[in-house]
Amino acid sequence: MNMVNAINNALDIKMAEDKSVIVYGEDVGVEGGVFRVTEGLQKKHGVERIFDSPLAESGLAGTAVGMAAAGLRPIIEMQFSGFSYPAFNQIISHVSRMHNRSRGKYKQAIVIRMPYGGGINALEHHSESAEAIWGHIPGLKVVIPSNPHDAKGLLISSIESEDPVIYMEPKRIYRAIKQEVEESKFAVPIGKAKVIHKGEDITLVAYGAMIREAQKAAALAKKEGISVEIIDLRTIYPIDRETIAESIKKTGRIITVTEAPKAFGVSAEISAIANEEAFLFLEAPPKRVAGFDTIVPLPKGEHHYLQTAEKILYEIIRTVKY
Amino acid sequence: MFKEYNPIKKKRLQIIDNDGKVINQKLMPKLDDKQLIKAYKDMLFARTADLMIVNYQRQGRIYTYPPNYGQEAISGAVAQIMRDDDWLVPAFREMGAYLAKGASLKELFIYFMGYEDGSLFKNAKNFLPISVPISSQLLHASGIGYEINYNNKDQIVYTFVGDGGTSEGDFHEALNFAGVWKAPVIFIVQNNQYGISTPFKMQTASDGIAIKALAYGIEGIQVDGNDFFAMYKAVEESAKHASGGNGPVLIEAVTYRKGAHTTSDDPTKYRTKEEEEKWDETDPLKRLKAYLIANKLWSEKEEEKIVPQYKKEIDRQFIEAENYGEYALEDVFKFMYTEMPQDIKNQMMEHEKFLKWKEARS
Repeated sequence: MNMVNAINNALDIKMAEDKSVIVYGEDVGVEGGVFRVTEGLQKKHGVERIFDSPLAESGLAGTAVGMAAAGLRPIIEMQFSGFSYPAFNQIISHVSRMHNRSRGKYKQAIVIRMPYGGGINALEHHSESAEAIWGHIPGLKVVIPSNPHDAKGLLISSIESEDPVIYMEPKRIYRAIKQEVEESKFAVPIGKAKVIHKGEDITLVAYGAMIREAQKAAALAKKEGISVEIIDLRTIYPIDRETIAESIKKTGRIITVTEAPKAFGVSAEISAIANEEAFLFLEAPPKRVAGFDTIVPLPKGEHHYLQTAEKILYEIIRTVKY
Repeated sequence: MFKEYNPIKKKRLQIIDNDGKVINQKLMPKLDDKQLIKAYKDMLFARTADLMIVNYQRQGRIYTYPPNYGQEAISGAVAQIMRDDDWLVPAFREMGAYLAKGASLKELFIYFMGYEDGSLFKNAKNFLPISVPISSQLLHASGIGYEINYNNKDQIVYTFVGDGGTSEGDFHEALNFAGVWKAPVIFIVQNNQYGISTPFKMQTASDGIAIKALAYGIEGIQVDGNDFFAMYKAVEESAKHASGGNGPVLIEAVTYRKGAHTTSDDPTKYRTKEEEEKWDETDPLKRLKAYLIANKLWSEKEEEKIVPQYKKEIDRQFIEAENYGEYALEDVFKFMYTEMPQDIKNQMMEHEKFLKWKEARS
């Protein structure tokens, strides 16, 4: 399965299992989504359970608040994360707050799926990585898979979560990675990072499409005699401090890799965790390989912006030599 | 005209039929032969370019592109009426209007090849860049309209959106603001029947879009958007209305997106060949051409002569765009702020150090 198949499969399983699961969004029904993630699901589960919405992101999020308050489990799709901003008011003012405001009376079991990230030669607003914005909003969980297996397991957990989840899909690797993924239901827990490559000298934390770059960088570093440990963060919030701290205590060095701009980002949070949880173990300052604090350039300039294995290697060497 | 075509009456302004015959002499706009031929040639040029761009995209020479195919009469009419000082606030499917504003094809090519520089439109006065987030641009148009009133200027704002865009909150807010301010804005909804794959009937339960004007206390009119004369008449009357301090107008131009939403889209997934063929009969160029030929203003021979010239010119501009050159690292940074903050300067310098290191390694 590739990631598109895996997400489709998770949606299919939960729709079959739980009548309260409703899927809707722009073009998700007849067409099966612009990336074909929901292809075939309307035929199988019917137009009342998976349907095309009017073109209105605020409408999607706002109606999901009502559906969830009334006991449904809506899964809405923002066609691209860059088009989710009309829904900002509903997500920040209600999706993330209704449970607290109503003192637990009204659950918000909502999943907001959105493809994100660059590297696909797209038009403006189709390449951003805005996970830090969502991570900053109290009341939301934020999840980003890096491979088909996790995409399926994390989506199952997200749909089963009683709290709202922003489920971000790295569209650049939608079809790039194929894995054997069990057809039956399984869950990958939210809030647990995973050490996907053991190493001794330095820790790389990454997620989404940046895992591939981290793996390539680790291979390059090996040739330089540097042993790299890679953590796939998998959940942006609630963040797994323990796994990060444990790794730093072993390696003494940490670099976070993100596509997103550097300032006030996930990488800043991880650097803070390094300081808070493993300060005395650090042999070098926590480093960040992140996007510039600029708008993602259009395709002809995107190569300047995107993180590469070589850029990561450059920082690995500098950090190890520090 | 707005009284006669009040949307509550469920009438659609139409002046020629599908064969180019005049069916509404009373409202036929007064255009001389030269203007008519120019209008047709502009539309023909836009269509020729549009179809060629789709081909360039298939050849991998340009990135994602949203075709205008089938909707040329809407921009074509605006193009003949819009003045140099008027504002154009685009969505992304109005090529004829951009060209009339002074944008060059070369710039459009550069934009769709993936350079921000393509959004500069150096010689186009009062033309905001293409706006990708659906409907968001309409509020900008209302804001410009406020400035026009504030400074007592003789200008009009032309702004565009699709039928899908009318579902966004920004559409309603823009009409409401412009209505309250009596802003001289002409909102043109290109109702091309689809928001990507979503058909109009799933976009709104309303019988058309024009009628939504009434709730905002502004004029609205539904027009056959594939009828150049009807579009011309509607835009001409709207411009008079808006210039006269009477506030905005909502024009619903009923048309059909003959092409895909963008080159990444496949319409065979969600609509039938029969439907496409039915709409082919209403094609805007076909109809205007039939009128011109019947009135001895145009001939197939002239068309056969001119299209190759257009193609040559379009290709020349395309090749120029292809040779636009490298995207410099500095171009990522230099327009982020009027004055570059030190922090960003440092990021650029750090990256340059990395590039030197990389070069030394290889």
